[in-house]
Amino acid sequence: MQPHYIEFITVGFGIFLLMFEAFSSGNKSKLGLIAAAGLTLILILQCFVCTCASVPDWMSRFYHYDQVALFYKIIALVSTILVLLMAVDFRKVLSRFTSGDTSSSGLGEFFCLPVFACAGLMWMASARDLVSIFVALELVTITFYVMVAYMRKNVGSLEAGVKYLILGALSTGFLVYGIAWIYGALGTTEVTLFSNIIAKGEFNQSYLLMGIALILIALGFKVGAAPMQLWIPDVYQGAPTPITAYLSVASKAAGFLVMMVVLGPFLAMSATNSEVVLALSVMAGATLLYGNLAALQQENFKRLLAYSSIAHAGFLLMGVASRDFSAVSFYLGTYLLMTFAAFFVLALVRNQDDSDLIDAFDGLGKRNPLLAAVLTITMAALAGIPLTAGFWGKFFIFAAAINAGQSWWLLAIAFVSVAAGFYYYLKVVKAMYWNAPTTEKAIEVPVITKSVLALLTLAILLFGIWPQPIMDLLK
Amino acid sequence: MLFALILIPLLAAVAILLGAPSRNTALGAAVLNIFLTAVAVSNPSAWDTGFQVLEQPNINLSLGLYDGMSVVMLILSVLVTFAAVFTGKCPEGRDKLWFSSILLIAAGAIGAFISTDIFFFYAFHEMALIPTFLMIGILGSGERKQAAWKITIYLAFGSIVLLAGLLLAVGQLDGFAFSDLQEIPAEHQNAVALLLIIGFGTLVSLFPLHSWAAPAYASAPAPVSMLHAGVLKKFGLYGLLRVGMVVAPDGMAHWLPWVCVLLLGNIIWVGLVTVNQKRLDLMLGNSSVMHMGYIFLAIAALSANGSNEIAQPAAVLLMFAHGISIALLFSLASVIERKTGTLEIAELGGLAKTAPALAFVFGLAGMASIGLPGLANFAGEVMVFFAGFADWKPAEGLGWVQWTTIIALWGVVLSAVYMLRAYRNIFQGPLVRDTKPATDLHICEKIPAYLLATTLLVVGIYPQILLQFL
Repeated sequence: MQPHYIEFITVGFGIFLLMFEAFSSGNKSKLGLIAAAGLTLILILQCFVCTCASVPDWMSRFYHYDQVALFYKIIALVSTILVLLMAVDFRKVLSRFTSGDTSSSGLGEFFCLPVFACAGLMWMASARDLVSIFVALELVTITFYVMVAYMRKNVGSLEAGVKYLILGALSTGFLVYGIAWIYGALGTTEVTLFSNIIAKGEFNQSYLLMGIALILIALGFKVGAAPMQLWIPDVYQGAPTPITAYLSVASKAAGFLVMMVVLGPFLAMSATNSEVVLALSVMAGATLLYGNLAALQQENFKRLLAYSSIAHAGFLLMGVASRDFSAVSFYLGTYLLMTFAAFFVLALVRNQDDSDLIDAFDGLGKRNPLLAAVLTITMAALAGIPLTAGFWGKFFIFAAAINAGQSWWLLAIAFVSVAAGFYYYLKVVKAMYWNAPTTEKAIEVPVITKSVLALLTLAILLFGIWPQPIMDLLK
Repeated sequence: MLFALILIPLLAAVAILLGAPSRNTALGAAVLNIFLTAVAVSNPSAWDTGFQVLEQPNINLSLGLYDGMSVVMLILSVLVTFAAVFTGKCPEGRDKLWFSSILLIAAGAIGAFISTDIFFFYAFHEMALIPTFLMIGILGSGERKQAAWKITIYLAFGSIVLLAGLLLAVGQLDGFAFSDLQEIPAEHQNAVALLLIIGFGTLVSLFPLHSWAAPAYASAPAPVSMLHAGVLKKFGLYGLLRVGMVVAPDGMAHWLPWVCVLLLGNIIWVGLVTVNQKRLDLMLGNSSVMHMGYIFLAIAALSANGSNEIAQPAAVLLMFAHGISIALLFSLASVIERKTGTLEIAELGGLAKTAPALAFVFGLAGMASIGLPGLANFAGEVMVFFAGFADWKPAEGLGWVQWTTIIALWGVVLSAVYMLRAYRNIFQGPLVRDTKPATDLHICEKIPAYLLATTLLVVGIYPQILLQFL
């Protein structure tokens, strides 16, 4: 089967779901399960498409299929499936803020939209032309505008939606403008041809740098890199929790993939290398400092995760600047596991105690020891403590940075950031075990959340000891 | 097969969390580990084992008794683990957390000392820090929350600097296995040595990065202080000998004057601080920090002259002796606190009348920690002082190491002052009114105490029993 059929199937499946939603009545949450099941089938199908499969000529300029693309498609599919499952368990909060009661009549589209976003993410994994990259990115972003603002009776969600919409549109503007400058400088939008043209030296250096700078700004918005990170805490806090997780993982992964694809040729060529590395390093340093220092004083767990997401973007940027793309991909893969585990627990607590604050986790060790243990492992992984998957991610990034001869100041900032991370991630652990619970009510864990959390925790530990399988995927 | 040494405590910890009888499971695991260690030590190389976890860079989960140093540290770990499981009274209803944390810390310590790959050597040590943090924060006493934060932040900082040093060193080499370690190019040696000294030094509580140690040990529940002060803290010294001296000997020599000054900070400055302590647990914590200086002295002697043959055995022997004696002292301190309800030295007195066995064992451990001949610490300290002068050529005058050794000798006087004074106040003299009449050691307290005390005696009288491995 030709690889691009999978994206067609995904879009088709999304349209089918919309139709199904329109004509079905009653409990909409089964729609989420159907969507998750369908995507699981697509995931299985995707894994069977050989990376040697050829792309037809008329597609080949816009569509590229290899091991790395496969990896990111898997990330897209897995995170969408997890988002849908989380949304099913999160429906109580959702319906309160959509239809205003406990019925789930307003939830139908909420389970269809992620499927379209997923198609966009998968397409982005294969896009190797600025035009197709742009189209795929917009498919994802526009879907996100809707999903972020979905809880229409919640002011926070609406505010988040507006912020995301305005800044997202602005970044789109930057992106298109940057693409135009690059097209003007190099005469093509095909990323694979960039290196040749630069090598021949037939281009205007300052036009090209202008284009790169504009694209960097746009991508900085997408991945949440300083100084374009300001929207992240508010949008993350306001959006429905499953969507926050989605933004934090899938949208970030896609942003970094695009960054690596577009900047790869510029990083490789000596004509542009030093400027791009410098820009990336400065962004990485600023992002690390901002994310980690601002996270130190957060009292709200969701905001904490937002700042943590900024902090992780800093490490990833350092990996991009060091030009070790497999380290970045590995990091994103493990980041998916940890972040989703954290958000699943958060959604659960929010569902039952109606609070996102770290205080809501007080005494969780007593209320549900197993859940507390899972969150402890997750936080340890996010902090980068060895024998969890999170450590390897940081390990590869640091090894890459040292090998690439990164500036000492960036390394120093990164090391300080890791130490700061210990503090704020362990703050959650502290709340769970040290503080007395405000209520003795035991926390019920629905079966979906329970099985997903078990799987994610096992994966965090397994890959923490044996990371080779992920590396094999990236080969 | 060495996997078993790590897996047994790990599985026991999981079993306890899932509902197995906590104390018995933990004891069983500890005894089984002592037994397995005896078997492994009798034929060290036969048990090597490995499993590749990553191809590029080549990292293996490989375990083995790399040399005598690993053997000695492994023996130390299992002995202290056994005593730690036995000692201490766990608060009502928290036995799952209590025993599983002890076992997790033990698994981390054992894993660190039997790994033959830098990566897992580092990783296992880190693994032990989370249960330490939890135990101090949840079940500790006094200013437990502050102490837990302090230890976490200091050790996290130390680990990160250490990781930077290790990555920089390994970047110049072929792989992460201990057998791949060799001297790295000269231009990187100073940087690597500095990072390793700061990183490992923080973990060992080298002056001035030592201020986390005493409060943490004082607040921690007894088994945690025993395991951390006795075993885990040796990780840094072990690492300096195992990695630092091998990859960057010239770098270590470059920083020698600094290390000499800092280790004197440990011995003299912290020694004076110790003399001023009013609480037994804080005094023990500070004395532990102080004694690290002597082991650093051996390392300094080795970095001054790589062919100094006494230095490394001296360091390892003293690490062992200090580990056993401090663990014994902490466990007895917890017994005293349980029996009398206080650790304020001034409020205690005359315990020897009602608790002669306790007084005897405490006295023995205290004498050992001062360095009384016939006990293990003496053998170690004397060897360290010998090492300081081993390569001394009188014609050249006194070098950094010799001067340091001479000043460090005064530390022995300091430790005699605080330890003897504490002993006199607590055990001699009239019974102080404030304290309840204390009963003597219970059988459950005797077994671990006598085991550690016997070890101190045996190694003190016949140090060759350990030196044969080194």
